[in-house]
Amino acid sequence: MNALRMTLADGMTITRRNVLKIKRAPDLLGGVITLPVVVVLLFAYVFGSMIELPGMSYGEYLIPGIFVQVIVMSGQITGYTLTQDLQKGIFDRFRTLPMAPSAVLVGQTAGDILMNVTSIVAMSLVGLVVGWRVHTAPQEAVLGFLLLLLFAYAFSWVTATVALALRRPEVFNNLATTLSMPLIFLSNAFVDTTRLPAPLRAVAEWNPVSVVVQAARELFGNTSAAMPAPGTWPLRHAVPAALLWSALLLIVFVPLAIRLYKRAVSR
Amino acid sequence: MSPAITAEGLVKKYGDVVALDGVDLSVPEGTVLGLLGPNGAGKTTTVRILTTLLKPDAGRATVAGFDVVADAPRLRARIGASGQYAAVDDHLTGAENLEMVGRLYHLGTGRSRQRARELLERFDLTEAADRPVRGYSGGMRRRLDLAGALVAEPPVLFLDEPTTGLDPRARAGMWEVVSELVAGGTTVLLTTQYLEEADRLADAVAVIDHGRVIALGTADELKDRIGGDCIELAVNGAADLDAARRALAPLATGEMKADGAALRLTIPVGDGTAALVTALGRLAAERVAVRDAGLRRPTLDEVFLTLTGHRADELVTTEEDGR
Repeated sequence: MNALRMTLADGMTITRRNVLKIKRAPDLLGGVITLPVVVVLLFAYVFGSMIELPGMSYGEYLIPGIFVQVIVMSGQITGYTLTQDLQKGIFDRFRTLPMAPSAVLVGQTAGDILMNVTSIVAMSLVGLVVGWRVHTAPQEAVLGFLLLLLFAYAFSWVTATVALALRRPEVFNNLATTLSMPLIFLSNAFVDTTRLPAPLRAVAEWNPVSVVVQAARELFGNTSAAMPAPGTWPLRHAVPAALLWSALLLIVFVPLAIRLYKRAVSR
Repeated sequence: MSPAITAEGLVKKYGDVVALDGVDLSVPEGTVLGLLGPNGAGKTTTVRILTTLLKPDAGRATVAGFDVVADAPRLRARIGASGQYAAVDDHLTGAENLEMVGRLYHLGTGRSRQRARELLERFDLTEAADRPVRGYSGGMRRRLDLAGALVAEPPVLFLDEPTTGLDPRARAGMWEVVSELVAGGTTVLLTTQYLEEADRLADAVAVIDHGRVIALGTADELKDRIGGDCIELAVNGAADLDAARRALAPLATGEMKADGAALRLTIPVGDGTAALVTALGRLAAERVAVRDAGLRRPTLDEVFLTLTGHRADELVTTEEDGR
């Protein structure tokens, strides 16, 4: 069997494993969905009643941000399960098998796609309840969802890298929670970045989360002409910028994660 | 016959800690080598190198004719490994675990499924086959883990402390399986802290301590090295103890040990059975009343103590357990 076919075949086998795992441990997926549901309801009804956006409802503005928040949170779960696997013997077994070493991560991240599809569908339904609507042509909306999944896939490799570098579930969990808060909140997911003080605004507008949220808003039509136009390049060209960010993350973190995996299991 | 496993001068260091300090091994095909040593002696590190999980810092090793570094991918198709931490997935069922391993050995879907069923039956797990492993007992996990190592019917099998933490019944079951495999031609390298296990299963025993093989031979050869058999005698009174001592002094090959409180006498002898017959004859002639008499082979425990200067169950903490 050649290397590529082996990687794909073994990747499929590991994907199956991870999908079964998600199915058998619904608490993981539940954890990813419940917090955002609470956030949607609180933000849409509590903050939404006080936050006035020119030309659009806060619910419409909020949901694309929630999609990306869910992606970041699922990433945390997968990183956490990866560190748990490292603590057990299962990776030792994998390493003594004549399988492609990269297949473990290929399969893990592929399984993550399913998790992300499920949680984005769930968030869309909650979104519809609080008044979120798609205003663009269906093919544009489909593109929006695909873009979200692409970013989610790239982000899986980022969390896999961090998880493999840290190795210990508790350490990973602490760091991931600490880092994901500013990643999500120092962005346009919940607030309009044009109203932030200048230094924070620069950080927020180059944040990949902002770029992906903005791209999703454009592709779903959750924008308003009355809103102040974003100043920086990535937000003015959000769709290509989101693609670039995803590509960049993949180029950097796929090889890095695979290298760390090989090192992590050869101890 | 050509050796199934060879190791020459394996060295592995973790920073300043020398885990392996030049290990040499040779295991003929179809035999069992018992790697015996306390925690931290280097047993697990040796196995991890031989199963391609670790690269040695120096030295070379081959398994089934393949170099552990240069031919690692081809070597992996020829080995099975089962460790002290059961390498099974909690969320999958027993059957799913084994099927996954079969697919990763590239046996194909049909064959993987068939092997899974065969092994589940062999290891008495058919009833639990479709339950997630999370609910398995420790012994069941261990059996499933060993089954995983056998999926591809590998000619060489590595078992790292296969019975640590198992109850006596599960341990006996594991021993039976290993014996069957060896009878079928499989070469086995097993590590153990249990001397009884090495005695029972291994054709040859390598005693490993501080990263070096300090003794190698059959269990019997190792026992002979510390002085063969002993006669153990129990008598009824202090006078008898002295009389027995005088009568048997010519037979002793070493220093006799007398326990005045328990009224017992231990006499190291050369040829055990013949010496016992002679000894009982002399005692009868001297009219010494014997309460109990017997012949005892030294245990591997004593061998170990003699060779290493410390007991086998003494804990030596190193990185090997802190993984």
